[in-house]
Amino acid sequence: MKKQYYLILFLVLLMVPIYWMLNMSFKPNSEILQQLTFYPHEFTLKNYQEILSSEFWRSGYINSISMALMNVTFVTITALPAAYAFSRWNFRGDKHLFFWFLTNRMAPPAAFMVPFFILYSNFNLIDTYWAVALAHCLFNLPLAIWILEGFMSGIPKEIDEMAFLDGHSFPSFVWNIFLPLITPGIAVTAFFTFMFSWVELLLARTLTNEAAQPITVTLTRSLGAGGWDWGVLAAAGVLAMVPGAIIVYLVRDLLATGFSMGRV
Amino acid sequence: MKQRPWLFLLPALLLVSISAFIPLMTVMNYSQLTLLPGTQPYFAGLENFVAILQDPAFQGALGRQFLFSFLVLITEIPLGLALALCMPKDGPGVGVSLVLLGIPLLIPWNVVGIIWRVFTRSDIGVLPEVFDWVGVTYNVSQFTGDAWWTVLAMDIWHWTPLVVLICYAGLQAIPEEFYMAAKIDRASPWKTFRYVTLPNLRGVLIIAVLLRLMDSFKIYAEPFVLTGGGPGSATTFLSTYTSRMAIGGFQMGRGAATSLIYFFIVILLSFVVYIIMLNLGQGAGNDS
Repeated sequence: MKKQYYLILFLVLLMVPIYWMLNMSFKPNSEILQQLTFYPHEFTLKNYQEILSSEFWRSGYINSISMALMNVTFVTITALPAAYAFSRWNFRGDKHLFFWFLTNRMAPPAAFMVPFFILYSNFNLIDTYWAVALAHCLFNLPLAIWILEGFMSGIPKEIDEMAFLDGHSFPSFVWNIFLPLITPGIAVTAFFTFMFSWVELLLARTLTNEAAQPITVTLTRSLGAGGWDWGVLAAAGVLAMVPGAIIVYLVRDLLATGFSMGRV
Repeated sequence: MKQRPWLFLLPALLLVSISAFIPLMTVMNYSQLTLLPGTQPYFAGLENFVAILQDPAFQGALGRQFLFSFLVLITEIPLGLALALCMPKDGPGVGVSLVLLGIPLLIPWNVVGIIWRVFTRSDIGVLPEVFDWVGVTYNVSQFTGDAWWTVLAMDIWHWTPLVVLICYAGLQAIPEEFYMAAKIDRASPWKTFRYVTLPNLRGVLIIAVLLRLMDSFKIYAEPFVLTGGGPGSATTFLSTYTSRMAIGGFQMGRGAATSLIYFFIVILLSFVVYIIMLNLGQGAGNDS
């Protein structure tokens, strides 16, 4: 299989910059600045110690994960019925409404920065998890409805009808038949929602100060704050990648099933 | 039972109204006003819009944005599709590839910027050193060309995996019988690709192009960390310009007007591309 070598080459190139950061995170600053080494000559864990022992960094991670999970919860709960409505029923204006939902996916966060700030200030939500988790629904909810609608349309309507003929009530049908069928779809949705919420910077930075500051913001703030501690920065970058890597690993089977159902 | 769909849509509509609709209305309101600190706001009509459209910095950012998104699309889509075709169909290779491809997508965007910054910085990076060995000077913070292609390379590195994943999903969904039929007809690999694979991928390709178009138009954190929009304003894109207007500018009305123009351009462009792609597929004579 010659063509798979191209894929392998691409995957290797993909890993090169990541390796460089990983490599740097294990070096003391003196080595980083003085010479170019392809592996750490003076191997050290000091950079990681500094991060893990500081409340400042640790709370950043906790905040980030909490916000992303909150966002996934909001989005999945609201997108499921909406996607069901779009996939099962024709109603007046459904196509327009669907496109209108999608336009929100197109909205540039930069354009919404100031109004979000004003709106959430009025509700005293600034610097709480709620602010960021709700704001990220701007681009995640349309995406979730889009993906889930695709999965649900892939399930024949006859299944619904059969279930009702068998005497299932609507809640029992949803819980016992429908949800198990679209689990891979929900996994793919949750994966993408988590991903886009976890990586977003602009809104998260605008809507938080100290208490709820997510890790992405901690990173940029420490980036700007004088004295370039490259080793610590690299270690923080590596740690910021870890939750993502764990999640891909955990859901890889569901993702593969989801992907083979043909919708992303 | 006519109300049932709306009942199901209610939670989503409520959520969208707080996360999108109300903020959008606020922006519309502000864009019509002149808001100077310490004075009463007064109605400015279209004054803000005209001022922004005439601003050379805005025009520059807009031009760079179009060029950037165009380059992103013409590299990432074919590359992603080609790589998806190289993916194994089953076996342990699938899981490994999926995980490796997923990694760049789950790195926070500013960490992507940081990775590339430490990779390309002239004092600690490996890339300038490698270029030095072959006798080429390379400096992201000094040369416009270097900054440009580095930002582009970073985006390709970052987002091509997403295109691969989407195309791979589409490929998996094509029934094996289609390929069998092509084989019986003794179709060449190119013809199989052209008349079996490509038409069946139309739906996912539209998704991939639209997602990449929207997202490349929103690019902010990565160039912000990598180059800070420089050298000069060489890598200042629309998001960078807008956020500068919105936070840094003392004139909130201008910021709001910029936001609206920006939003409008993205929607219009996505819509046009969507229509073009739908017609392209039809022109190729398939009905899927």
